[in-house]
Amino acid sequence: MSNTANAEMLTTQDGKPLKAALSRALFREKMRSLMLIAPLLIFVLLTFVAPIVDMLWRSVENKIVSDTLPETVVVLQEWDPATGEAPDEAAYEALYNDLKIAVAEKTHTRLGSRLNYEKSGISSLFRKTGRRIKRMDEAGPFKEQFLEADGKWGDVEVWQVLKQLSPRFTGGYFLNAVDAEQTPEGIQMKPDEDRIYLFLFGRTLFLSIMITISCLLLGYPIAFLLASLPLRSSNLLMILVLLPFWTSLLVRTSAWKVLLQQQGVINDFLVWIGLISDANRLVMINNQTGTIIAMTHILLPFMILPLYSVMKTISPSYVRAAKSLGANDWIAFWRVYFPQSVPGIGAGAVLVFILSIGYYITPELVGGTSGIFISNRIAYHISSSLNWGLAAALGTLLLVAVLVLFVVYDKIVGIDNVKLG
Amino acid sequence: MAKTRGAAVHYDSVQKSYDGVSLVVKNLNLDIPPGEFLTMLGPSGSGKTTCLMMLAGFEPATHGEIYLNERPINNVPPHKRGIGMVFQNYALFPHMTVAENLAFPLQVRNVGKAEQQEKVKRALEMVELGSFGNRRPAQLSGGQQQRVAVARALVFDPELVLMDEPLGALDKQLREQMQYEIKHIHENLGVTVVYVTHDQTEALTMSDRVAVFNDGVIQQLSTPDDLYEDPQNSFVAQFIGENNKLNGKVVDIQGEECLVELDDGTKLKADKVNVSEVGDRTTLSLRPERVEFDTHDQMDNLVNGQIEELIYLGDHIRVRMNVAGNDEFIVKVRNRGEKRKLTVGETVPVGWALNDCKALDAVV
Repeated sequence: MSNTANAEMLTTQDGKPLKAALSRALFREKMRSLMLIAPLLIFVLLTFVAPIVDMLWRSVENKIVSDTLPETVVVLQEWDPATGEAPDEAAYEALYNDLKIAVAEKTHTRLGSRLNYEKSGISSLFRKTGRRIKRMDEAGPFKEQFLEADGKWGDVEVWQVLKQLSPRFTGGYFLNAVDAEQTPEGIQMKPDEDRIYLFLFGRTLFLSIMITISCLLLGYPIAFLLASLPLRSSNLLMILVLLPFWTSLLVRTSAWKVLLQQQGVINDFLVWIGLISDANRLVMINNQTGTIIAMTHILLPFMILPLYSVMKTISPSYVRAAKSLGANDWIAFWRVYFPQSVPGIGAGAVLVFILSIGYYITPELVGGTSGIFISNRIAYHISSSLNWGLAAALGTLLLVAVLVLFVVYDKIVGIDNVKLG
Repeated sequence: MAKTRGAAVHYDSVQKSYDGVSLVVKNLNLDIPPGEFLTMLGPSGSGKTTCLMMLAGFEPATHGEIYLNERPINNVPPHKRGIGMVFQNYALFPHMTVAENLAFPLQVRNVGKAEQQEKVKRALEMVELGSFGNRRPAQLSGGQQQRVAVARALVFDPELVLMDEPLGALDKQLREQMQYEIKHIHENLGVTVVYVTHDQTEALTMSDRVAVFNDGVIQQLSTPDDLYEDPQNSFVAQFIGENNKLNGKVVDIQGEECLVELDDGTKLKADKVNVSEVGDRTTLSLRPERVEFDTHDQMDNLVNGQIEELIYLGDHIRVRMNVAGNDEFIVKVRNRGEKRKLTVGETVPVGWALNDCKALDAVV
């Protein structure tokens, strides 16, 4: 056994390096594990990772201008919008050439609606010009003909938008998502009345925190009871906790509509017992209150279950020991039981917070205008305004915000302290 | 026990039922004088732990009253009883260091910082863990955790300490060592200790007195040697130490002696302990080490037995015999290096003194 003397020189009996032999022996095992997870891995890559990457890509991608108007883009590189004058004849000629092809391929309207995000009116400008382009004289002069077709072609701002969006990549969506815009003077915040997204992000954060806190306050005693009851009664209680899970989300949210509206069950009852007058019915739905109530109800199990699974592992003898050492009920709970349940609080809070920050259906149904989340705006841009780039930028910011919060949380609480069971 | 500062405990007709149908503890009357080390010994389900929990205040008594230093404590919550307790799984708070664990009972009593540190230091030194104050319980071995648990139960100078099978999780060697340590701590401090265990060796080693529990009733309450030498009934005889059983019927009673006819007709003289009249069924109890192969005519009892099996155990030889129809009859022979060899199948006379043979209540 002379070859064991030097650890670096370890070899097998026939003189091959031991490490190589070991990895060869483990290779088969590794391949087997890989084969076992392969179906799920492929599924996740195709249906989860790929769409997300594609979506994120859309938030910066911007080749529609340079693809549709290739010549114009080149000519506009020479033009300086700071002069305050529209570009010269060369630009109009290039635009004519590009538009002729675009109209033939019917891509000019798409470009028009894209540019409309930046400056309203461009969509109709392109459609109008598209109809006129066939009648234009190929010999020029083009500037006059364009101005004749629509006076807006003399507007510096229109050209400025075109030049701005010439690059294949743009930060415009992200600027828009944080209520900023690119002006000739550089990046500036939008005028106050046009700002919307930062405020929505703030509200989403605020409401998510409120929902997380309400879930914790309501869920902690239930989880405590669940963990300390004997098995038979705790099973029944557990079924009650899980019952909402087995009911459709829409049904539950609609039920809250019935309960909370001004002519609803709760208001009727309060009026009936005389606590409030008929004229002063409480407004509890289509605002933030409605969102907080309904979402707290929906997300409560996600708080209770991690709490329960952690509390279940806390032996009752700890509290007994604390009491035998002279601690009253409160001190025994606060100094001995509570610190041991903190990992469950961490897990539940992270779960509820992350679920609620991206929640969509419930705020949409009960949130009205003051109770909607950023995700409702994202959905609007995906399905109604079709501004996917902006939707992607908003989604990316949301994702980054969650990740940042997660890192902060890790620094403060420590992710090792999170336990799901 | 001159310098005692322990508390006196008195159970007065205490009964306990969990379901209202059956009694777990049946009419317990028990007096524990100050400074005593009393062990509640019994099989699981015998009610011993329930008795301890009622004393600690974690289970209410269904009937009766418990007195601590003459003061009834049924309505005193656990944290006001001032009783130290060592739990089966130690119950050291995992999120606190050893020193914080020890300081906990002092903090809740509003003891000053300096005094806290002083007491914690002294308690740690008492269990020889002086340098372990900054460790977490999880970083300690089982035996060290055990010592911390003992130190924590003693650090606030209680007059009474309860221990609920504290050595159950330790291996045999450590368990024996801890038995002596706990015994010495008790002797040095003079506190009253109530100790619960199902391990008879532990009970015999450490206790001043042992209460043997079965079926919710104290079967016998005596010193360890009394318990072994003079069991009052068959349960105690079998639970404490090893024991040969011979079933028969009382045919004659002469004062403290009686004559018993075994089921195969053999007649034996026995100490009359738990039989009342002629004709009673009885079980004779006989310790294996009291049976002699060196028989002589003056012996009270002489019987022939056939050797069924010999087991060599070094310091002694275990002989399994068939005596009077009982083929589980065990005799322990001290290994003196004698020339005379026993052989399996041989029939030899064995004998024992009348006082070593107790006529107890009959077991089936």
